[in-house]
Amino acid sequence: MTTTPAAPAVLRATRPLYWSVRRELWENKSIYVAPLAAAAVLLFGFAIRTITLPRRLEAVLALETARPRAVVTTPFNVIAGLVFITAFVVAVFYCLDALHGERRDRSILFWKSLPVSDLTTVVSKLVVPLVVLPLVVFAIVLAAHLVILTLSTLVLLGRGPALAALWTHVKFIQMPVAMFYALTAISLWHAPLYGWLLLVSGWARRSPFLWAVLPPIAIAVFERIAFGSTHFGRWLGYRMVGWFTQAFVPHVKGAEPLEPLAAMTPLKFLATPGLWAGLLFAALLVFAAVRVRRYREPI
Amino acid sequence: MTVVEARGLRKTFGTTTALDGIDLRVEEGRILGLIGPNGAGKTTALNAILGLTPYQGELKVLGRDPWTERDALMRDVCFIADVAVLPRWLRVAHALDYVAGVHPRFDRAKAEALLARTDIKRTSKVRELSKGMVTQLHLALVMAIDAQLLVLDEPTLGLDILYRKQFYDSLLNDYFDRTRTIVVTTHQVEEIQHVLTDLMFINHGRIVLECTMDAFESRYLEVLVPPEHLAAAQALGPIHERQLFGRSILLFENGDRPQLAALGDVRTPSIADVFVAVMGHRAGPGEGGAQ
Repeated sequence: MTTTPAAPAVLRATRPLYWSVRRELWENKSIYVAPLAAAAVLLFGFAIRTITLPRRLEAVLALETARPRAVVTTPFNVIAGLVFITAFVVAVFYCLDALHGERRDRSILFWKSLPVSDLTTVVSKLVVPLVVLPLVVFAIVLAAHLVILTLSTLVLLGRGPALAALWTHVKFIQMPVAMFYALTAISLWHAPLYGWLLLVSGWARRSPFLWAVLPPIAIAVFERIAFGSTHFGRWLGYRMVGWFTQAFVPHVKGAEPLEPLAAMTPLKFLATPGLWAGLLFAALLVFAAVRVRRYREPI
Repeated sequence: MTVVEARGLRKTFGTTTALDGIDLRVEEGRILGLIGPNGAGKTTALNAILGLTPYQGELKVLGRDPWTERDALMRDVCFIADVAVLPRWLRVAHALDYVAGVHPRFDRAKAEALLARTDIKRTSKVRELSKGMVTQLHLALVMAIDAQLLVLDEPTLGLDILYRKQFYDSLLNDYFDRTRTIVVTTHQVEEIQHVLTDLMFINHGRIVLECTMDAFESRYLEVLVPPEHLAAAQALGPIHERQLFGRSILLFENGDRPQLAALGDVRTPSIADVFVAVMGHRAGPGEGGAQ
């Protein structure tokens, strides 16, 4: 401690954040339980389905225009997609409760009695959807993919062409890279969404869900009725799913999908103005949420 | 050293004035009791001191502005704002981990030792503990923090008498050491009378009475007057009079002890009795003026 005076200062600055994030995990077990449960159910279903994989795969391979890719990659994509969606739902409800629950149960008075700033608290709550949940999803999906790959390999042992098709089309090195890239892109793209949810959670006296969801719907409906246009609704949709069209090559109907790495377009994603505008907006929302928490008392 | 210093501390909620320009000074090593009826402004004053609410006027706690420097201030200030603010999902072991993680002045061994004296299990969640045990846990966490100022807002509300007694005993024997300062509000005035060094009555956002307990004991005298001396005693101008089992009890402010002793038994009144007398006394003209 005496030899490097700078180190303890850094330690002191990050320790409250570290413990605040751990605190969130103690309180909200759904952060890892829900994605795990979703993965377990899917894995169980696909494990049973794997029994018929040899027959299905060999039937496809027997066709003249053999397209075995969909047969072998579908379980991987479905598991990844549904665990992603589960984590998204968890993140939304987590954020809506994050600054509301502590006021409802008056525990904010306990948290505020400790030397942890409002900024650290709000950032720790933002870290959960932006960093913790993506890492949880990555680990769970990766493990599930390993199980599927092992099971598929086992049932295809001794069936040369089918086994070869499996290992040709399941890009086992590329998939985790693309998944990590997609999770990063989603986090950056959805940052303003979580900032908005945290702000409403800290501001609303009751029903944060309605306060978060109804105003945007009202604006969209108003625009449609008053001007007959749908700009706001489209913009909202872009803020939700725009990461996919910007970070990946859009899928062309009927075309054979690209390999995971080839589909990634990181430069295009980084050059998207909407990404940076969104991050700036997210920073403003978080700043507002910090201010609001300072003024808020138990409900 | 001055721990809390306020000058012209004001706070309004809409048209309601919660604090009406309070001047306050708490020196190191004091135990100040803040006494007042519901809605008098006690909690508002404490919230301002703790950086939980913005205010007008000047306020310094340990030399800091509590509203802008709450997180830095909380290294040296502890508070129990209310009973049952510990979140119900929190595990006892996690509570220790968390406070040890974020508080540089937390002595985990001391907290463990304090908890060892209770029936609280490390694996329990707060929701599984009784109300008294939750308070014991909170007090163990707070007493293990080497803070300069401890603020307690109704810390024993809703607890049975055993836990209440134990709470203050523990606070005095294991925590208070003349370099720390404690500010406490409670309605159970009689239980803290022997604990306090200073007393402050607050009503309608104003300080009605402010004195040390030593001054309190010499300033207020209560006399049990037998009927034959009643008229003579009443002539000396008591600030309050009540009947108990057929005897009159008269309360005097700045009375002459030898003179009063001749009229009946003289003793130190309870804070509660003086509170009733002072509040009743000031309510008439004081309240009319404030409205």
